[in-house]
Amino acid sequence: MASAPSSTSRVHLPDTARDLVKILVTGPFGVGKTTLIDSVSEIRPLHTEEHLTEASAQVDDLDGVRDKVTTTVAVDFGRISLPDGIVLYLFGTPGQERFRPLWDDIAYGALGALVLVDSRRVDASFDVLGLVEESGLPYAVAFNAFPDAPRHYTQDQLRAALDLDPGTPMVTCDAREANSSLDALLALVQHLIDRQNTATAPESV
Amino acid sequence: MTARPGGRPLVPAYLATGGTARHPRLRLERLSLLLRSDKPVPDGLTPAQLALLDELADGTLTVVEAAALLRLPVSAIRVLAAELVDRDLLVTRAPIPPAERFAPDLLKRVADGLRALKH
Repeated sequence: MASAPSSTSRVHLPDTARDLVKILVTGPFGVGKTTLIDSVSEIRPLHTEEHLTEASAQVDDLDGVRDKVTTTVAVDFGRISLPDGIVLYLFGTPGQERFRPLWDDIAYGALGALVLVDSRRVDASFDVLGLVEESGLPYAVAFNAFPDAPRHYTQDQLRAALDLDPGTPMVTCDAREANSSLDALLALVQHLIDRQNTATAPESV
Repeated sequence: MTARPGGRPLVPAYLATGGTARHPRLRLERLSLLLRSDKPVPDGLTPAQLALLDELADGTLTVVEAAALLRLPVSAIRVLAAELVDRDLLVTRAPIPPAERFAPDLLKRVADGLRALKH
């Protein structure tokens, strides 16, 4: 399977591509964002290098000049061509607060977000969920099933731990498996459809 | 449009965007489509501009795909592409045609498409 990195022919879009939509796949580092994208993408996931300027951590600041440091973060993305001219892009987006400008840029026009959670370290996802909620993007939560993940938590316990709204879908997935990743994405898209139906339903007085 | 005497680029490659951070008018999204126009490539383009046109010779790409293939920041592609649009060398299209943007069945079509991929 050795292929030249410059083989770009497969990356060009099919002529039928008409509606390009995107979903953010987010979560803390190491939660399996790229794994999930890779499991369903028709192209090998690509990445862009994003440069962020941020105030540096507390350092000696003797002359009053506020240091800025530039952080580089790689954003992976993949793509699924669906029938009917739809191309769905999946952006693996870091969800830490310090990446907010990047988040806002990627989230612009997105359908919604799939938040991946590692049940071995649920607290690592608090930051991400805060950012998603503040951005107003509709989302679903998927627990990535790591082999050594504790299995004795009930759905209610996990919901309570994440302080999830009862209407927010929560599923378990294996990000390595295409079918499982598709199910997680479907849980999100169904949630978006339900929201749309609720929003357009005639108001009952 | 015309080559300068000696043919040396006006700006070095490391200033791919000529130091411009934003294009004044054209705001490209990550998923904006970039298409090569029929206009022949003139002399005097920068290496970065030529590289982008080169990638698009084989077909359509989104801004973010062009950035990944050329290993340039998305912000640089936005500026490069906008410059080339100004010179009629590129055509861009929004990710979703305006008429389809709020099509109520779009989400359903996405769901149906994802379901069809399961095996």
